[in-house]
Amino acid sequence: MTMVTTAATGISIWLTTTVSAFVLAVLAALPQIVDPYQTVLLTYGLIMAIAALGFNLLLGYTGLLSFGHSAYFGAGAYAVAFIMRDLGAHSMELCIVGGMLGTLIIAAIFGFVCVRHTRIFFGILTLALSQVLWSLAFKFFWVTGGTDGIRVPYASLTLLGGLVDFKGPGSFQRFIYAYYYYVLVLFAASTILMWVIAHSPFGKALQAIRDNETRARFVGISVRRYRWIAFMVSGTFTGLAGILWVPLNGLTTPDILYWPFSGEIVFMTVLGGFRSFTGPIVGAMAFNYLKTYAIASTEYWQLLLGVVLVILVMALPAGIVGTAARLAAKLGRWTK
Amino acid sequence: MTLLQTVNLKKYFGDTHAVDDVNLTIAEGEFISVVGPNGAGKTSLCNLISALLAPDSGKIIFKGRDVTHSSVIERVKAGIARSFQLVNLFDDLTAFDNVALAIFSRDGKIRNMAALADRDHEVAIEADTILDQFGLASKRNEPARGLAQGERKLLDVALAYALRPKLLFLDEPTSGVSTREKDKIMDIIASVVRGEGITAAIIEHDMDVVFKYSNRIVVMHQGAILAQGTPDAIRNNDDVAMILLGSSGPDAFSRKE
Repeated sequence: MTMVTTAATGISIWLTTTVSAFVLAVLAALPQIVDPYQTVLLTYGLIMAIAALGFNLLLGYTGLLSFGHSAYFGAGAYAVAFIMRDLGAHSMELCIVGGMLGTLIIAAIFGFVCVRHTRIFFGILTLALSQVLWSLAFKFFWVTGGTDGIRVPYASLTLLGGLVDFKGPGSFQRFIYAYYYYVLVLFAASTILMWVIAHSPFGKALQAIRDNETRARFVGISVRRYRWIAFMVSGTFTGLAGILWVPLNGLTTPDILYWPFSGEIVFMTVLGGFRSFTGPIVGAMAFNYLKTYAIASTEYWQLLLGVVLVILVMALPAGIVGTAARLAAKLGRWTK
Repeated sequence: MTLLQTVNLKKYFGDTHAVDDVNLTIAEGEFISVVGPNGAGKTSLCNLISALLAPDSGKIIFKGRDVTHSSVIERVKAGIARSFQLVNLFDDLTAFDNVALAIFSRDGKIRNMAALADRDHEVAIEADTILDQFGLASKRNEPARGLAQGERKLLDVALAYALRPKLLFLDEPTSGVSTREKDKIMDIIASVVRGEGITAAIIEHDMDVVFKYSNRIVVMHQGAILAQGTPDAIRNNDDVAMILLGSSGPDAFSRKE
């Protein structure tokens, strides 16, 4: 019995590893082929993928729809801005550690309040709390720069503990390439980490809570505590995305704390398929390109984007990955 | 030795006396059945003992400790597990994961987020053994929602059993399945429970099942315990026959069959 199992899991792990390695290799090769603009776009996509992965630990695995994940993305971004401006730090690694710590604290406080409720009440609370952060960033302009935000210049940044800096001529090109690989490594690490969490006993407990809260309690799982931990992990992952986003954008403004940005995170996850692990990654990449090209092609890009997304969701209710998986299964049966 | 004792346990829902002054004692190693007409308070009693409901008054003593005010999780940790009349499973998880989850939780491994659940061989072996005991080995990798009703009932009991409780409270484990399946389910439950020396209390409507498997039968009526005793004593109790069957006299139970 166990032998069979181990073999089955062994094959699926082997397959997963092979496919992941292939995707990673393609992603690593891409900047050598495509132009720098595409590299920047891809970097944004990878960053948003980390945000959506974090978000989906709550939606897909714990069954909680957060409508306030802009808070953690924004917290990460503002934390980096503060660390660089007020502490005069240059090291990206320092920003990451500090930013994640800051996000974790905020996620712990907000989560503590939110996990007391579920369903729509949970969603509304997350939304309300994210708007508190937004209004703080908006009103306390002497600290946050208000709508002007805070500049985070890439030129004053160093990677790998000062090994890589971006001074002198041609520094922007160098930054784009170096930063792409930097983000790619962190994306891969985040994905592996999230995969392990989702497949750990803890991850199974979250799924159990999602499926049946009452029974979860009756097998001895403290539902609220597990939701809270999931909330913190989720927020911190999304915070990492905000941290990585800000040097690339060069600026952090209250926009990334505002609720429509939370909506975008929800949307990309649903678009990719929240029932599968890779759904949020695919969804984030797809959304990133859709939005970019919608903005480029028309002044009424929100309208275009909205229509495209409505059609996509109606045509692919299981998301891109869910639909692809179903088609593959159908094809498999057919060829047999 | 007494495992569980309820002292003047009461739970009213408005005017309905769901559980009314119940003093129930369960000794270690017993296999008891709780019977009674619909609305007699059987499930309410089970809910009180498992902490799904809080009593209005009275006490619940488990292993000599007052657990009246302890939470569901504390009672699970103390060794009280239950199954549900309306199946309560983790529907999107496989049968294996359902059982494994209970084992992870019992062993305190459930917090671990740095290891793959599938790679814990000790848990996997135990979960597979339990699935095998409950005749579910072939359904191992099926999501719980895809199982047949009888299998779902068994998996529900297997989840509670996987916690290795001291007291297993089963709320109508054979309701909603065919007569033929009933015997199969009860045989499995009885053999597993007897084999491990687990104390079991089972709520059941089918008197054949009740007479066949229990050491002692507790008859409830309108929230109170009407009678209790060995299967033979209950079989020949006219009050019980009146309430359960609507007729009395010698052999009322056999006549009904």
